[in-house]
Amino acid sequence: MTMTLPRLARGLAAAFALLAIVAAAALPARAVEVQRVVSPGGIEAWLVEDHTNPLMAMRFAFRGGAALDPEGKEGLANLASGLLDEGAADLDSQTFQGRLEDLSITLRFDAGRDIFAGQLRTLTENRAAALDLLKLALTEPRFDAEPVDRIRSQILANIRRESRDPDVLARRALFEALFPDHPYGRPVDGTEESVAAITVEDLKGFIDRRLARDTLHVGVVGDITAEELAGILDQVFGGLPETAAPWNVPEVEPKSGETIVISKPAPQSAIVFAQPGILRDDPDYYVASTLNHILGGGGFTSRLYEEVRERRGLAYSVYSALLPLDAAGLVFGGAGTANARAAETVEVVRREWARMAAAGPTEQELADAKLYLTGSFPLRFSSSDRVARILVAMQIEDLGIDYLDRRNELIEAVTLEDVRRVAGDLLDPEALTVVVAGEPDGITATN
Amino acid sequence: MEMLSRLARRGVFALAVFLVLGAGIARAAGEGVFRPETFTLDNGMQVVVVSNHRVPVVTHMVWYKVGSADEPPGKSGVAHFLEHLMFKGTKNLAPGEFSATVSRNGGRENAFTSLDYTGYFQTVAKDRLEIVMRMEADRMTNLVLSEEVVEPERLVILEERRQRTDNNPGGVLREHVSSSLYLNHPYQRPVIGWEHEIRALTIEDILAFYREWYAPNNAVLVVAGDITAAEVRPLAEKYYGVIPRGPDIVRARPQEPPQKAERRVIHRDPKVGQPALSRSYLAPSYTTGASEHAYALQVGAELLGGGSTSLIYRELVIERKLAVTAGAYYGPDGLGPGTFVVYVSPRPEVLMEDLEAALSEILDTVAEDGFAAEEIERAKKRITASAVYARDSRRAGARVLGSALTSGRTIEDVESWPDRIAEVTAEQVTAAMRHVLDDNRSVTALLLPEEPSEEQAQL
Repeated sequence: MTMTLPRLARGLAAAFALLAIVAAAALPARAVEVQRVVSPGGIEAWLVEDHTNPLMAMRFAFRGGAALDPEGKEGLANLASGLLDEGAADLDSQTFQGRLEDLSITLRFDAGRDIFAGQLRTLTENRAAALDLLKLALTEPRFDAEPVDRIRSQILANIRRESRDPDVLARRALFEALFPDHPYGRPVDGTEESVAAITVEDLKGFIDRRLARDTLHVGVVGDITAEELAGILDQVFGGLPETAAPWNVPEVEPKSGETIVISKPAPQSAIVFAQPGILRDDPDYYVASTLNHILGGGGFTSRLYEEVRERRGLAYSVYSALLPLDAAGLVFGGAGTANARAAETVEVVRREWARMAAAGPTEQELADAKLYLTGSFPLRFSSSDRVARILVAMQIEDLGIDYLDRRNELIEAVTLEDVRRVAGDLLDPEALTVVVAGEPDGITATN
Repeated sequence: MEMLSRLARRGVFALAVFLVLGAGIARAAGEGVFRPETFTLDNGMQVVVVSNHRVPVVTHMVWYKVGSADEPPGKSGVAHFLEHLMFKGTKNLAPGEFSATVSRNGGRENAFTSLDYTGYFQTVAKDRLEIVMRMEADRMTNLVLSEEVVEPERLVILEERRQRTDNNPGGVLREHVSSSLYLNHPYQRPVIGWEHEIRALTIEDILAFYREWYAPNNAVLVVAGDITAAEVRPLAEKYYGVIPRGPDIVRARPQEPPQKAERRVIHRDPKVGQPALSRSYLAPSYTTGASEHAYALQVGAELLGGGSTSLIYRELVIERKLAVTAGAYYGPDGLGPGTFVVYVSPRPEVLMEDLEAALSEILDTVAEDGFAAEEIERAKKRITASAVYARDSRRAGARVLGSALTSGRTIEDVESWPDRIAEVTAEQVTAAMRHVLDDNRSVTALLLPEEPSEEQAQL
């Protein structure tokens, strides 16, 4: 920052900046229209029609995810997600997979802490076959011995591989520490013991209990009309039970203030940290989101990036993020630093946390953050798959079908007073639980 | 294709698009893939425009025809170090101002370095294109460096190296595979550089590299999104067209001699929780070696190990239950030699030597017999059946075309790719597999848990 620039050049630089701010006042017009489609059987989907290319992307999600895995069977939802495309009805695994490949259909499932979801992508010419395969996967999965054994062996291999990776170890330990007596403290993909304990009966029970119409949300993008979509929703999802088995993930306050060191031989320490955050439906969510952008969310411009990376060269990657789970909120972050400098990195993160809590951002930082957050919103719509994901997230979080129109207004409404208030209420360096995996110098674990 | 980017992302970032090439772009003979428009400025800078009108957004990329394999001996890492420093200010912009301006305009940006090219990009609302183009053109020739910005960034890069490689036993092994696979070609060096050479790079080294390679006649502009060539041309002429052409550039790299001995590299590390084996064969690429095999090898790789119905997955994972996973891939798109790789990871109760023997047996059979004609037809259809998916993504066309044009290929090569795959015959696949599966041009790599010493074992 001590470069000397000729006077003229400085003027030019200022002109760039001015142009930037003026230009940012104009937002691109809305270009994505969301339709609500309801089938004769009452199944709802949100649709963005786009006939540019002959393809369709569908995302669907059931509320209730790995947090509902039975005790001792952690990893059940994750194992199920690997098996639904491994054979269904009269199609064995190789036949099912071969059909997907031959028709260029992508079908995959994934399990998170709060949802069980899937993604389908097909060319228009193969749409009927794709939807048929999806329906079979959801309603008549075979769980044959061979694929169950094979996919289980792959998950176990992955657990073994990750069991010695400092990054993964740190992250697992963080969630255990934050949620000691709560399902969120357990790993989504389970442990070697729990995955080994899952039976075919468990898998069938999972399908019967969890996949139902009342927890289902569907987003569709591409070369399909509302009428066509209404006609196929019943065909694909109509065979599912009307309601999922009763379920509840109790709200929980994450545990604060611990420091944990996991000793592992590695040249770089993996550092992760988190403190209690806010839920997605909190009235201050957009304030907190803007605050996080300034603290550690914004690519090359955040305070953590500036202080940890640019100024001190302590880490290649440093960030913070809001993680609003259904039953608990977190402000979460991480960095990777040479063992000798790990303590300094943690100290700088705590100092920035405290500085933001005490004084909040500057007016300029807030203005810049709002320009970024509003201006970058359309960038998220980069492919049909991505748009379909957004449509489902909007439904799960109950944001309303007009959310895409309102979202930038919600950011615009954030005031400096709001951000300073939320910074003071929310951020607390003493509340950070910090996990360091590696051979860090100068970090003392609590307990 | 190894790529490093300036900002770490959680999850996969750039690699995915390149894997798409293997997994299948394209369809319909003669129809092309991305259907780009192109023109060349008077100073030699090629401009490529790929339209995608979903939202009023554009991705603006400048690709330089220089990568880590063009670095002088002893200066490994200089291409990537320069890429990081390109954000540190110019005669017209203070350090950090480039990124701050992109951000204030709601833009996202990053940069990346590979063996063969270096690229910079911003994604912005269409009406901000001029702002980022002006700044990108500025830093093509006006970079200013000082100790104050270079030294902290050197530490950042060393942390990047630790994060990607030194903390990661698979990363350490990959470096040794490359060093062993190439006897003479600069692909033997890691893109990020060796630590001792990164530490020794001077500002003068970096600026010399910048002055030698960064010029409009060695760059390609790619703009993808809600825009046409007619709209891009006046802006490109205004900002890039005024930069003087540099001297003609020849990318003369040391080439491989004939290889005559198989190699083996073994890495044992306490951080390995699941063993793995790979065998990498030196292979032709589109531009180097027996390039007539480049298309047939893509079909061969698909049939051998392209997914859960492929030969080695079926044999080793499903039927014989020796491996938890098995696959193959072929990378034909570098400016230098290609690689053909097969990999496996054993089940816990299986000895690595038994798995390797089974794998070698399959490879011998394939080199001898090739694949059945009807299997080849299925594979070709699978590979080429999804051009539409590539067109659907704003980024895919920009990335595929940018990498091709900086790696010795043309737009026509990319656009005719599905047709060339469709022409592949069973005889060609057999000949190509026989050509590539030569152990004397291979490195077998083993990733193993560190075995306890005898003393520890007795405890």
